[in-house]
Amino acid sequence: MHDSQSTTGPATTMEHEAHNPALRHHFADAQQQKNAASLGMWLFLVTEIMFFGGMFCAYLVYRLAHFNAFAAGSQQLNIWMGATNTAVLIVSSVTVVLAVKAAEAGKRKVLVGYLVVTVLLGMTFLVIKGFEYREKFEKHHVPGPTFNFTDKFDDNGKQIPVNPKEAELFFSLYFAMTGMHALHMIIGCGLFTVLAVLAWKGHYNPGYFTPIENAGLYWHLVDIIWIYLFPLLYLISRHS
Amino acid sequence: MASTVIPANRAPAPTPKLNYLNNGHTLKSWLLTTDHKRIAVLYLISVTAFFFLGGFFAMLIRLELLTPQGDLMQADTYNKVFTMHGIIMVFFFLIPVVPAVLGNFLVPLMIGAKDLAFPRINLLSWYLYIIGGILISHVMLTGGVDTGWTFYTPFSTEYTNTKIVEAGLAVFIAGFSSIFTGLNFIVTIHRMRAPGLTWDRLPLFIWSNYATSLVMVLGTPVVAITIVLVAVERLFHLGIFDPRLGGDPLLFQHLFWFYSHPAVYIMILPSMGVVSELIACFARKRVFGYKFVALSSVAIAVFGFLVWAHHMFVAGISLYAAMIFSFLSFSVGVPSAVKVFNWTATLYKGSISYATPMLYAFGFIGLFTMGGLTGLMLATIGIDVHVTDTYFVVAHFHYVMVGGVLMGYLGGMHFWWPKITGRMYPEAWAKLSALLVFVGFNLTFFPQFILGYVGMPRRYWQYPPEFQALNVLSTAGASILAAGYLLPMIYFVWSLRYGKIAGANPWHAAGLEWKTTSPPPTFNFDETPVVTWEAYNYDEIPPWERRAPVAR
Repeated sequence: MHDSQSTTGPATTMEHEAHNPALRHHFADAQQQKNAASLGMWLFLVTEIMFFGGMFCAYLVYRLAHFNAFAAGSQQLNIWMGATNTAVLIVSSVTVVLAVKAAEAGKRKVLVGYLVVTVLLGMTFLVIKGFEYREKFEKHHVPGPTFNFTDKFDDNGKQIPVNPKEAELFFSLYFAMTGMHALHMIIGCGLFTVLAVLAWKGHYNPGYFTPIENAGLYWHLVDIIWIYLFPLLYLISRHS
Repeated sequence: MASTVIPANRAPAPTPKLNYLNNGHTLKSWLLTTDHKRIAVLYLISVTAFFFLGGFFAMLIRLELLTPQGDLMQADTYNKVFTMHGIIMVFFFLIPVVPAVLGNFLVPLMIGAKDLAFPRINLLSWYLYIIGGILISHVMLTGGVDTGWTFYTPFSTEYTNTKIVEAGLAVFIAGFSSIFTGLNFIVTIHRMRAPGLTWDRLPLFIWSNYATSLVMVLGTPVVAITIVLVAVERLFHLGIFDPRLGGDPLLFQHLFWFYSHPAVYIMILPSMGVVSELIACFARKRVFGYKFVALSSVAIAVFGFLVWAHHMFVAGISLYAAMIFSFLSFSVGVPSAVKVFNWTATLYKGSISYATPMLYAFGFIGLFTMGGLTGLMLATIGIDVHVTDTYFVVAHFHYVMVGGVLMGYLGGMHFWWPKITGRMYPEAWAKLSALLVFVGFNLTFFPQFILGYVGMPRRYWQYPPEFQALNVLSTAGASILAAGYLLPMIYFVWSLRYGKIAGANPWHAAGLEWKTTSPPPTFNFDETPVVTWEAYNYDEIPPWERRAPVAR
């Protein structure tokens, strides 16, 4: 690393910024660095949308192709756990916003507090998701050799003709999408844990809290993906 | 911010002792560098290695096809050989080559920045590339893959016993390397431009890398998730692309080509940018229709996302869809033609000098035009149905990929070699190699157009004896081509020690990268430049510098 250079740097362009240890050598000033980091994060979120977009596309194509199986599969999901998780995530988005506010105001302990609460909420989500996965396992709704789909009745007791292979496809996509989402949640929890430790050590101040903001953007995106997953997987086939 | 106005074409101070190359000599100072120029050199070494690895497989293919019967290898081996050729050349050479080597080196220099916006992510992207490369080499040494570089389902998910998951992981990781490069470029071009360097003053190389980066950022995640789905399907026997389980193999092709067609623009756009720079410098003129050439890069990036299903005309998509995709594929021809016509118009009444980079630029224009026009033939549904999966298609994309991308890359390497190393390459040898590449290339691939048109299918290790004469020509051409590629390897390395000292601006070229020393200092510019002129202001060059000097 060019540690020696990044601290000495060419003095001509940045002597008035030399007191800011967070400013990296190749930026002219802190504002440029912040703008660059923010644009970079937004672009990263675009790549995430394209990444999940592939799965959303597959979901829509197969839902159109195998509507009955997808409707029947959807009704086997636990709507209460899903709804609770949605609420948990929305609250966690609020705590992230409050964390960013606290960072902006320079309130270190409040910042750390909100970050910790966010991590706890994220973990709550993952635990509930774990219970949901266990339920799928018990009902033999995990795709694979043990898969068994016998529940062919909707909420009104009306029988739905369903090809179990197509229902298995629904659960394949269910696990692929929620699994990929959960992976992002785990990464987010890890990220906020690190940020909480750094915030506790006083790395951030009202002049520099870009990592908190950017991690917040990431968390919001992961929330928004769930906000789409929840109706698509749990809700839209339930109307009677 | 303290900055000075540098007059447009004033030569800067002589080479200082300390530059990016000798600022630290340890291995660690290279492997942990965050200097975009050093990372470009790391990329240069690694993509060159993969180029010769991919070329080795190409030679095996050509040797096998020298005779009609399968004598060098069996069908299974041949399948693995052309698959490795494709995967290595596409994912580990063509996609990274120009952005990661020349782009990494030049984007900050051309816009007057000290570095890319995220130097550590830049280093990370090189490491991701290397991890992907090690993984694919591991796959190659422990059994290989036989699906072709396209990993079509259900063969890849259901039937083949080769290392799909590992190869997919390699491509997935290398894909993130390219996402990070694209993201870095976009942010850098938006946020790090020197004062006064407005969008309509940017060099066209920057515009084309910007368009490329858009495609990288938008397209690559889609192929990433597609590969994940293939791996998940293979590992857990899901049915996402398996028709017996309700899945649809066509969905795989749609998702795959949604990235992999735009990916060909990831490959060609940066080379187009290189050619714009070369033509302007060696014709001593501002590129004709600058704005159109700049925006045509963006137009290619946008249209490029709307044409993917022309790879699937015979796959069972509806005729209606096929007609729309055929029409849209034709429309990509418009911005591509804008570039070719504007380069030609730039040459008109230019003061042309025939240095090696310019020879490559001429080669690019001719070969890319051939590749592009045959692309229009393939976008025509009737012709496409006739020649699908024949050598006609192989010849077409090699004209674009090798005749286009590689010519642009080699032209750029010769042009900026003095900037990268501070030394000139030997001009006579370089001209010889440019000639060998051009002749060898045409001899290799032109016969394949004919072979394909008369019906020789691709991806077979045997063929009817009546195709032999043209195949022998093709193999002979490939040998000449190989010599043409090995030669620069030798004289570039030679020039590191014995080449003439280049000086800051050996071509008397415009562009900020020539206003700093060769090789540039670690932070590129001693003082942040302030730009007050348009790109390619060759009109302001004194008359005695009207022709680019050609080194001896």
